[in-house]
Amino acid sequence: MRFAGLSARAWGTAIVLLVIALLAPLFLLDRFNTIQFAYVWALAIALIGLNVLTGYSGQISLGNGAFMAIGAYTTAILYFKLKVPYGLTILPAGLIAGLAGYLFGFPALKLSGLYLALATFALALSASPVIKNFDALTNGHEGIVLPTVTDPFGFGLTNEQWLYYLALVIAVLLFVFARAMLGGATGRALRAVRDSETAAAASGISLSQFKTMAFGVSAFYAGIAGSLYATITAYVSPDSFDLPLSLSLLVGMVLGGLATLAGPVVGAAFVVWLPIFAQQAFHNKPDISYGVILVLLMFLLPQGIVGGVRQLLAWYRRRSSDGEPTAEAADLGPAAPPHAAERGTGGS
Amino acid sequence: MQGVVQQIVSGLATGGVYASLALALVLIYRSMEALNFAQGEMAMFSTFIAWELITVVHLNYYLAFAITIAVSIAGGFLIERIVIRPVEKAPPLTVVLVTLGLFFVINGVAGLIWSYVIKPFPGPPGFPQAPIEFGGVSVGLQDLFLIGMTVVLLVILYAFFQYTKLGLAMRAAALYPDTSRLLGVRTSRMLALGWGLAAGVGAVSGMLIAPIEFLDPNMMQPILLYAFAAAVLGGIENPVGAVVGGFVVGVLLALIGTYVPGARDLRLAFGLVIIVAVLMVRPGGLFGRAHVARV
Repeated sequence: MRFAGLSARAWGTAIVLLVIALLAPLFLLDRFNTIQFAYVWALAIALIGLNVLTGYSGQISLGNGAFMAIGAYTTAILYFKLKVPYGLTILPAGLIAGLAGYLFGFPALKLSGLYLALATFALALSASPVIKNFDALTNGHEGIVLPTVTDPFGFGLTNEQWLYYLALVIAVLLFVFARAMLGGATGRALRAVRDSETAAAASGISLSQFKTMAFGVSAFYAGIAGSLYATITAYVSPDSFDLPLSLSLLVGMVLGGLATLAGPVVGAAFVVWLPIFAQQAFHNKPDISYGVILVLLMFLLPQGIVGGVRQLLAWYRRRSSDGEPTAEAADLGPAAPPHAAERGTGGS
Repeated sequence: MQGVVQQIVSGLATGGVYASLALALVLIYRSMEALNFAQGEMAMFSTFIAWELITVVHLNYYLAFAITIAVSIAGGFLIERIVIRPVEKAPPLTVVLVTLGLFFVINGVAGLIWSYVIKPFPGPPGFPQAPIEFGGVSVGLQDLFLIGMTVVLLVILYAFFQYTKLGLAMRAAALYPDTSRLLGVRTSRMLALGWGLAAGVGAVSGMLIAPIEFLDPNMMQPILLYAFAAAVLGGIENPVGAVVGGFVVGVLLALIGTYVPGARDLRLAFGLVIIVAVLMVRPGGLFGRAHVARV
């Protein structure tokens, strides 16, 4: 009983969750929470993208916040300068960010592990000063105020509900797209590249093609997320796209990776709610909480993100084959990420 | 022409700061092949301790300078024991993520204690920023102090690693951990000592830059990026390379900031460009050796 690679039970769970997500703003959520969940869907999109990059192609990015900035500013500038309706800016936002990510993927090809972390860290730090520098286009420090978005179809939705459904529908579409892509030949190629570049290349997989593509796809998702973020907030400013944003994406991805089939959604919910709790509980920015959680996660997940994602995948595969433990888990190979093997252990 | 020379001198001065933070990064990279993203924040925290000692306790500047370095070494040692030790054997990327976590904890704690309000930090007494004429070129004495301190730091570290038994043990522990352990070197403790030294060196960079850039919890973030650029440029394993890289990055940024119109705000992005360009063209840096990966 399988359809599109999922068991009947997985389909059931997905449909039930989707129905809950569709009905929640009508019956469960007040205005504040509706908006917060709109942010959750938007961030979940960015996390799916980050997962494609780190979880599947094995490349780390500390800088996906910069691609979100590109998406958000594409939407803001298209509206601000050309008065394009926001609905028409979402796809271009993703495409422009995706192109930027694809191009960044080329230098990233030469960088692995630590150096890629370093380069993307620099990317995350550079985003905000670069935005401020081109103030003729971006309005500098002041940022750009966007119009409040209303339900265009006259369904009688409040502004918050409309934003929620907009983000939810796009998130579901992109989730399905990512699943379709990763479930097929592309996903297999990406995993092969992650597990052993040499073996992948020897099997005829173009490393540069797939690694740059992963960067492009990840940035495309980040760009769409940034565009939605700008639309929901109705405002963009350079300070929204600083280093903590990129880091919160990373924390969200690691945390989400630990959860069930909706990993990115769990991670995104965490990223959205943590600052609110931190503010209420400690009257402080969420930084300390992010830091502590990241350190603790690394202690509990000694193989790092890649290993954690791999464990999750093994567990998920076992689960989605209706609880029957299969031989699939065995051919996952050692859980240590490739770069550990490259470096040799300790004093070899 | 004089303008250029002046810019070069002030570039060398800030370059000295990048160089000392880059030295700290190199110290940790050499001992565990990991990049410490929290190095800048650790330096910032040290600088706040110095500020507390100077403006609240009213200690003499140089005494406060020395105490801060000692406290930072102890602090770096403790951080390694508590936070890094559990992941010592983990892949480098795990260590990187732990240091990123540290980055945010230290930044947040500093913000809690000292707030995000920008504070002035005193310069070294006896070295006023007022320029002196020097063959038609006016040079700030404080700039000379910065350059001098960086060179002194490098010489002290060189002497330590080359001529002391502890320095030898630390080098051995980094290069041949298993052999060293068999010979009775406590390799894990040497790692912690490396973190201590790095924290001490980083503290110097923080205290040197604070009179120029002012004191606030976010002050070291751009410096860290330039220090990364410097370390990568010089070859991430090479202390002399890091110092040369620091000076080069400092001078380049000063010249670009002055002579390229509209580029002042883009200096951070320029740090990114240096990092990516060096890693692509010459991944070993100017002084590093090429790595050969075995398949």
